Amino acid sequence: MTTNDPLLSVRDLRVTFTRHGEEPFKAVDGVSFDVHAGQTLGLVGESGCGKSVTSLALMGLLPARGNHVEGEVIHEGTDLLKLSSSEMRDRRGRDIAMIFQDPLSSLNPVVPIGIQVTEVMERHRDLSRKEAMPKARELLERVGIPDPNARLKNYPHQLSGGMRQRALIAMSLACAPRLLIADEPTTALDVTIQAQILALLKELVEDTGTALIMITHDLGVVAGLCDEVNVLYAGRIVERGDRHRLFAHSAHPYTNGLLGSIPRLEAPRGERLTSIPGSVADNLPWTSSCAFAPRCPRVLDRCREETPVWEEHPATGLRCHNPAEVSHG
Amino acid sequence: MTDQQGTENPSTKRGLSYGERRKQRIDELAAASVDETPGVSLYASAWRRLRRNPVFLIGAGITVLFVILAVISPWLAPWDPAATPLLDKVRPQSNPIPGPEPGHPLGGDDRGRDLLSRLLVGSQQTLIVGVMATLFGLVGGITLGTLAGALGGWVDSVIMRMVDVLLSIPSLLLAISIAALAQKPSQWTVIIAIAVIQVPIFARLLRGSLLGQRVSDHVLAARALGVKRGAIVFRHMLPNALGPVIVQATLVLATAIIDAAALSFLGVGNSDDRRPEWGQMLARAQPFIYDHPHLAIYPAACIITVALGFTLMGESLREALDPKSRR
Repeated sequence: MTTNDPLLSVRDLRVTFTRHGEEPFKAVDGVSFDVHAGQTLGLVGESGCGKSVTSLALMGLLPARGNHVEGEVIHEGTDLLKLSSSEMRDRRGRDIAMIFQDPLSSLNPVVPIGIQVTEVMERHRDLSRKEAMPKARELLERVGIPDPNARLKNYPHQLSGGMRQRALIAMSLACAPRLLIADEPTTALDVTIQAQILALLKELVEDTGTALIMITHDLGVVAGLCDEVNVLYAGRIVERGDRHRLFAHSAHPYTNGLLGSIPRLEAPRGERLTSIPGSVADNLPWTSSCAFAPRCPRVLDRCREETPVWEEHPATGLRCHNPAEVSHG
Repeated sequence: MTDQQGTENPSTKRGLSYGERRKQRIDELAAASVDETPGVSLYASAWRRLRRNPVFLIGAGITVLFVILAVISPWLAPWDPAATPLLDKVRPQSNPIPGPEPGHPLGGDDRGRDLLSRLLVGSQQTLIVGVMATLFGLVGGITLGTLAGALGGWVDSVIMRMVDVLLSIPSLLLAISIAALAQKPSQWTVIIAIAVIQVPIFARLLRGSLLGQRVSDHVLAARALGVKRGAIVFRHMLPNALGPVIVQATLVLATAIIDAAALSFLGVGNSDDRRPEWGQMLARAQPFIYDHPHLAIYPAACIITVALGFTLMGESLREALDPKSRR
């Protein structure tokens, strides 16, 4: 926040899946964004829009075979995509860490929590397990796990879902990374725990100045947490804005669809939940049209014939031929 | 056309070759371990169900009894298995096999040695050969399987093609060929021969189970924390992949005992008959099979019972740890 240089700068990131004898599939198709220290950035979109692939590409965790990654991911002056796999391994967990969706399957079932937390510190901070153990205890306490001494010896199956996600957050924070990527960290948790975990993430970001990339399909999560929101559709960002503007005046029909499909308590009884018709399977190619056109309520003839260009305005951005100005009271 | 259907549908295994069928069986076992839902501790819930499973109790009972007998047999056996207390009762023309009498409840063999003592002490050889062979097989299989599953690439291809070749040869035939290479047959020949035929089974099973681990969420999470490759393989993948291999080892132990008996029967095993072994006793009983079948029946029954015990135990273990059969 003090400096204007972004902590992480993603430029024109492209990920292409190539399968033998099949058309290459562009999972991420020219995504660019900046993350500043202490900022929380949301990547929003429905399943299959390229959110998770983007995060895995940033981490260098996509399988080497069958994937082609292009573009630049600049972190502290170096392009992460150009690093060797061992250099990238040194950075993962130390500079950039990631929290995954399912806390149970993301923990090793046969290793006690304490050892899983200390492992990261042994790896990146040259601590012995003995030196790291008290730090692990502090970390568990910090993320709100009661009775951390006992939990250090527990196995993942002995912890509740919320505790497991807290343990995972403790592991990712063990080396005080500058950037945290959270890939749907609350999807596998029930609603009350979701709120607790989000509050914890928010508190940690504010206390440590860590930047957070929040990947989610849940606009409620975005509303509570993110400073800037990027809406992704079929591998491209279709709308960007800070959360207040986006929720008040979203312009892209897809963003409107997402906002409209949030169930509302004040809706009259018996009213059907709204959804966006069709699925990502209906997409048109971006190269000659707007991918969202087949599902778009505001579609024009032009949308099927011409690629909408990215229009950058101060603090906002939009990719649409026929944007709407809708007010969400 | 029919051939294609055969390979596509795993339920019609008739069209497949011997090696293909074995590979498929091993791969099914490996796949069963992958999609486990570790809500409750897998081993705790498996044990809870095993305790009430009569099949497991019978198998484990036989196994435990056999192991205890084998360990204490030198003290339990009333006679030295090499001594010939009944030698003066042997009449090569009229009565080659001494019958039961006080002090010799099962009678003697053609050299006047006490049959009961030989059966009891024979259990020791069976246990040693079975356990040692399976242990060596496990070590070899785990080494090769870990190399293949952890390194991938050409190492994986080379190892797995070698394993496929070994699997395509009927195992007993392979064991006999290996044992026949030895200059002087001994129990070590049998142990090594049986270990070699077990290596490909364990290697393929472990590799399959490691491949499942490699794409699992917790390995991805460990990689996202920058954990080094060695630690990922030995701390995060191997301990989670070993389950089906250990279970398979109890089943393979049963096969090892039968194969060991078969090899000694065929004369490629321990030729020193002062140290009794069930397969070797079977072979010695051959000339007397019509007039004195009990000489063959006793060791055969021992082999069958022990192999059955290990099979029942291993089979129920596998079932209990198989997430598909869990409810």
